[in-house]
Parts: sequence; C-alpha cells; structure tokens
Amino acid sequence: MKTTTKQNPDWKVKVGLAEMLKNGVIMDVTNVEQAKIAEDAGAIAVMALERVPSDIRAQGGVARMSDPKMIMEIKKAVSIPVMAKCRIGHIAEARILQALDIDFIDESEVLTPADEEFHINKHEFKIPFVCGCRNLGEALRRIGEGAAMIRTKGEAGTGNIVEAVRHMRAVMGGIHRLQACSKEELMTEAKNLGAPYDLVCYVAENGKLPVPNFSAGGVATPADAALMRLLGAESVFVGSGIFKSSNPKKVAKAIVEATTNYMDAKKLAKLSENLGEAMHGIDVRQLDDKQLFANRGW
Amino acid sequence: MKNIGILGIQGAIEEHEAMLQAIGCNTFWIKEPKDLRHIDGIILPGGESTSMGKQLEWSGMMEPLRKAIAKGMPAFGTCAGMILLAKEIEGNSLQSRLGLMNIVVKRNAYGSQLDSFVTDLDVAGLSQRLPAVFIRAPRIEACGDGVETLASYRNHPVLVRQGNMLAASFHPELTECTDLHRYFVSRMVAG
Repeated sequence: MKTTTKQNPDWKVKVGLAEMLKNGVIMDVTNVEQAKIAEDAGAIAVMALERVPSDIRAQGGVARMSDPKMIMEIKKAVSIPVMAKCRIGHIAEARILQALDIDFIDESEVLTPADEEFHINKHEFKIPFVCGCRNLGEALRRIGEGAAMIRTKGEAGTGNIVEAVRHMRAVMGGIHRLQACSKEELMTEAKNLGAPYDLVCYVAENGKLPVPNFSAGGVATPADAALMRLLGAESVFVGSGIFKSSNPKKVAKAIVEATTNYMDAKKLAKLSENLGEAMHGIDVRQLDDKQLFANRGW
Repeated sequence: MKNIGILGIQGAIEEHEAMLQAIGCNTFWIKEPKDLRHIDGIILPGGESTSMGKQLEWSGMMEPLRKAIAKGMPAFGTCAGMILLAKEIEGNSLQSRLGLMNIVVKRNAYGSQLDSFVTDLDVAGLSQRLPAVFIRAPRIEACGDGVETLASYRNHPVLVRQGNMLAASFHPELTECTDLHRYFVSRMVAG
C-alpha cells in the first residue's frame, strides 16, 4: 500500500527533496538564458515553462504542458532542480514529464485543467508533485493524493499578492483551529474540511502540514516574498514577477536575499532600493470569476 | 549544554534543529558573522549548494566562517553542506565554497530525483547501522591527506572526517535516528 508515512522510502525521498528547497526561491523561466539568470541569482530551483502566467492570462486559449525539448534544454543548462507543469488531471502529461527525468512536477491551475473532477493520483508516480491550494482542506486533499509539497494558489500572473495572502492565512488559520480541537472534534473537522482524517489528526498534533508549505501566485517584490515568509510560507515561487520587471537580474537576487533575511527589515529596505519598475500587475477585483486561475481544481 | 549553530541561509535547517534539540543542544540559526561568536560547533545543512555559496559571499559570511572552521570550529556538512566544505568540485571549479576539506566531490553524481534512495550504512564507531537518505546526492570521488572514511556505499566513501570536519553525502536529518548528530556533538564538539 502506498502511503504518506515516513516508513515509505519513496515518500521519504519525495518529501526530502521538498525539504531541501525550503527557505529558498523557485523561479519561472522560459528559456536557457533566463534559467541561467535565475541560477546566478541564487534560485534553488527553476520552473521551466513556455509562457509565464501573465502571458498565459493575456494571450488566452488553452495552456498546456511545455515542449519537452525546451524543458530538456533548461535541464542541461543548470545544476539546480528543474520543475515543469502539467495540467490538472492530465495523467499522460505527468507521465511524459516523469520520463524526462526532471525533479518535480507542478500539477498546476495556471494551465487549463484536463479534468474538472479528478486530480492525478500522485502516489502512482516516483517523481514528486507540488499542488496549489486555497485553504487547509484543499491542501490536505492534495497531500492525500500524494503531493509532496503544497503551495498557495494565489492568483498567478497578476503581480498582486492579495490572493496568496488570503490562501496562506486560510491554511495557517485552519492549522491553528485544528490545534485547539479536542480529539472528539477531529472527525467532524475532517468531514467539514473534506480532508482525510489521518492527515487532520497529523496537523492537529504537529501544528503544521506533513509536507513543506510554500507560497505562489502574485509575488512581485522582495517585500512580497518577505510577507509570505512572515505569514508562514517556507519558500516562495516567483512567476511573472522577475522576468516581467524592468531589471530581472537585480529583482531575482533581491527576492532571494529577502526570502533568507525576511526578519531583517533594515536589510529588506536596502534590498528594495532602486529595483526599477516592478511588473505592472492587475487588480484582482477587476477580474471576473471565469478569469481566476485559483478556481480551477477543488 | 552545547551551543550548536546551523547555517541559516537555505535548506533543511529545521530538521537539523529538531535532531540537535532532541539530543539536548541549544541551537542557533547562523546568518551573519557576529552569530559565529557564541557557538561551539556548526552544521552546514542540505539544500542547494550554489544558492548557499553565493549568499555566503553576498552577506560577507564566507571568510569569517572559513576562518572559524580553519581555526578548529567543529563543522558537520550534509549533502550541500559537504559540497561547501570540499576543496574541489568536479566540473564546477568556480562555484563559491569554503574549500577546506581534502575531498573531491561531484554534484548530483548519484543521478536526478528519480534516482534518490534510502539505505542504511555501517559506520566506523557506531554500533548500529545508520539509516541514510540520498537526495540528488553528491558523490565523493577522491579523498586526500588526513581524510578518514567512516562509511562507504558501492565503493565510494559517503561519510568522511578530517580533524574537526565531518561530511556526509546523505541526509541523517531526514530519518528518526540521531546517532550521527550524537557522534558529532559528543566526539567532535568540546563541552
């Protein structure tokens, strides 16, 4: 039986890699040149994709897995782990990405979902998965399916941190609530959250998710990265925020240093100086429900 | 109680912290040169060695840390931490590192994530076999003067010691076994 227990060696090495990525920054890159900029700026992994989320949002149409050739070129160009995205529920794209021998798959709402009812059974794969969530129940459902890392969905491609904050507050608030519950209450909590009972019990006892808890979707500045760390994120994904800014090299390095030194406000002030223009960004309130990526998946 | 620092830049810092606290140490995250003053030994955790090396340079920590370890501060590097300690990195000669241990390492030489594995090892000086998690692990290709091999896996050393420095290709901190942390703290760190 494939389980999310520490005794299962496959699970241990999947979550183990996620643990190694803590306290760092994972950057979206669309070509070899950007991948090298990311590595030089101290990124701990890169996400290889053809279009950053803000372009996917602007161009519309169906967003799919990236060209394997482009992913492999990036894998060859850097020594840090490489991730790539498959569509929610797209088992075949996930199998293709695993066959490329990359390090992590993001089953991502940024791409157009292939299945609106079921996510991938990630226990069937040897490669680790990261999945997005908006709240604790969603996080625990994905972990129940075998996700080795959780990230907030935020609202990718907006350069607006508000949704990532909402989702991280919801996850952390949910954790705090479970910690205050008596044992009798936990089954009812599991029912209300729509989450596996054993994982609800784990969170109640340990005060954290059983896998690393990262943040994504809207990080555009060093201060945004620091904010997400302060709210409980163990690492930060940055998508459009770097290569849609006017000075990607400088912004990338500043976000890496801000993620490490998120408690040091003086250092953050220095890191925020003279970064040029940040990505333009979108007010999420101007988007209607159909335009929100975060509503994809359940 | 011994005061053990953990290089607090990036990686699996909390896991080492939990192990050290379980065996009765005070722990500190080390981010700046001044943090080095109050510790008896330091752990360089797993994570991404390129990111840690660059940030050590940017923060002005590289030189003070190198000096402290060269002067005898006990240091234990796991995975990326071992790469930071190594004198030579095969294929990445320019990568920022402390470069104090007479070993040649090759990054990701055990393969990519799909080749990551769990095993257990016979370790010289430990009575029980040691569980070890290898994740995109670096391989020790050669050892120079003064380096003692404490454990090997498939004809390559995976745990080595040179005086005040201990280095492992693997992650003891991802298991439930504190034996190697106990070895470091009780035999290498003066009270």
